[in-house]
Amino acid sequence: MIAIIEYNAGNITSVARALHSIGQDFVITDDTKMLNAASHAIFPGVGAAGEAMAYLKDKKLDVWLKQCFRSGKPILGICLGTQIILDASEENDAACIGLVGGTTRRFPESLTAAGRALKIPHMGWNSVAFRRPHPVFAGVPEEAEYYFVHSYYPSPESEEAVLGTTEYGMTFCSVLAVRNLIAMQFHPEKSGRPGLQILKNFCAWEGK
Amino acid sequence: MISKRIIPCLDVRDGKLTKGIKFKGNVDIGDPVEAAREYYEQGADEIVFYDITASSDKRDIMIDVVRRVAETIFIPFSVGGGIRNLDDMRKVIGAGAEKVSVNSAAVLEPRIISQGARAFGSQCVVLGMDVKKADVSGQTPSGYEIVIEGGRKHTGIDALEWAKEAERLGAGEICLNSIDADGMQDGYEINLTALISENVHIPVIASGGAGKPEHLADVLTAGRADAALVASMVHYRTYSILQIKKYLSDRHIKTRMLW
Repeated sequence: MIAIIEYNAGNITSVARALHSIGQDFVITDDTKMLNAASHAIFPGVGAAGEAMAYLKDKKLDVWLKQCFRSGKPILGICLGTQIILDASEENDAACIGLVGGTTRRFPESLTAAGRALKIPHMGWNSVAFRRPHPVFAGVPEEAEYYFVHSYYPSPESEEAVLGTTEYGMTFCSVLAVRNLIAMQFHPEKSGRPGLQILKNFCAWEGK
Repeated sequence: MISKRIIPCLDVRDGKLTKGIKFKGNVDIGDPVEAAREYYEQGADEIVFYDITASSDKRDIMIDVVRRVAETIFIPFSVGGGIRNLDDMRKVIGAGAEKVSVNSAAVLEPRIISQGARAFGSQCVVLGMDVKKADVSGQTPSGYEIVIEGGRKHTGIDALEWAKEAERLGAGEICLNSIDADGMQDGYEINLTALISENVHIPVIASGGAGKPEHLADVLTAGRADAALVASMVHYRTYSILQIKKYLSDRHIKTRMLW
């Protein structure tokens, strides 16, 4: 059984609908007993880092996520859920969960492409350049694009944590992978067929 | 690099499409959910629903449409039309829309933008602007004025000033509709689009006037738009989304080509 971690993040129902469409059973819960019983954990998120962290700490879900990461259970981070697995975020200067060393940073205001100022948030479809293959992206065409909407991006300390990068006036880490953790800045649940394939792959992944 | 988005706009009244959309075998499809599915499969990057239901007691029909759309398509979509307060926004977002667009209500009560941004995040709040050409004056220095009630009522508000103010209040995106160009299929209002897009830091969707793929090419380059809304030219099957994207791609305008 797949568990979607329930907290005050906006896109939980979108993730649930996407899982439903691929015929995947799931529970949405913040109960650690039920989370422990699940085979896979999805950590979604839309919103601000500070508020999300306050809520997670209150429910002791930050501690649970650390245990879960150590246990080897596959974890999928999405958007804010990817940003707050790092040590800290520049958004609200929030201390975060720290599954992976690094900081979530704000896009500089000065981003340009072809001499034109770029808009923030980075909102729309963009591609990912992969550094190595990963089971969760198996069968997804290289030219696939994914739906992004964010003003902050994850910046892990270790280059080895970077699975894929995206260009937006700069190169940023858009997919992180460390052992049983895979985390993406874009929204697979809103990225059409390639996104659904990623969710399907994750649900079948053993975390290795 | 980021792709330019092509966004079909569907007008819905009492839960039905207001114009017949001619898909397979020229059979009109009146169901907005089916139309959304068609466009999703044809490669639309996002879908906009505009609810023009007049009577308030029928407005919940739209919420049911939103719920069914959210179960059917896995790309972002937004809902606008008749959004008056935070409660209206909550219903639409709760039913599964990514974004909600406010137009007249925000002109009358700008606080709805900041309230919405605080409650759901800026990325959920789109400012819809209906704009008409005006004389360059002290009141409208940009030469463009905001109109409401479907273009019937002048407000005396300068379009550029309003766009900047909406950004300051927390709007995450602007959907810019030229009333002068709307329905003419004679091209987007390029000057207006470039003026607004170059003076705000949030994405701008151009709307009104699309009739041919070259109109999209113009507004996405000279007009500096981040996305383009299309209606009649795809609803009547004059062009498919794929045809438009191929045209743009041939002119080195990047769009999402695989779905």
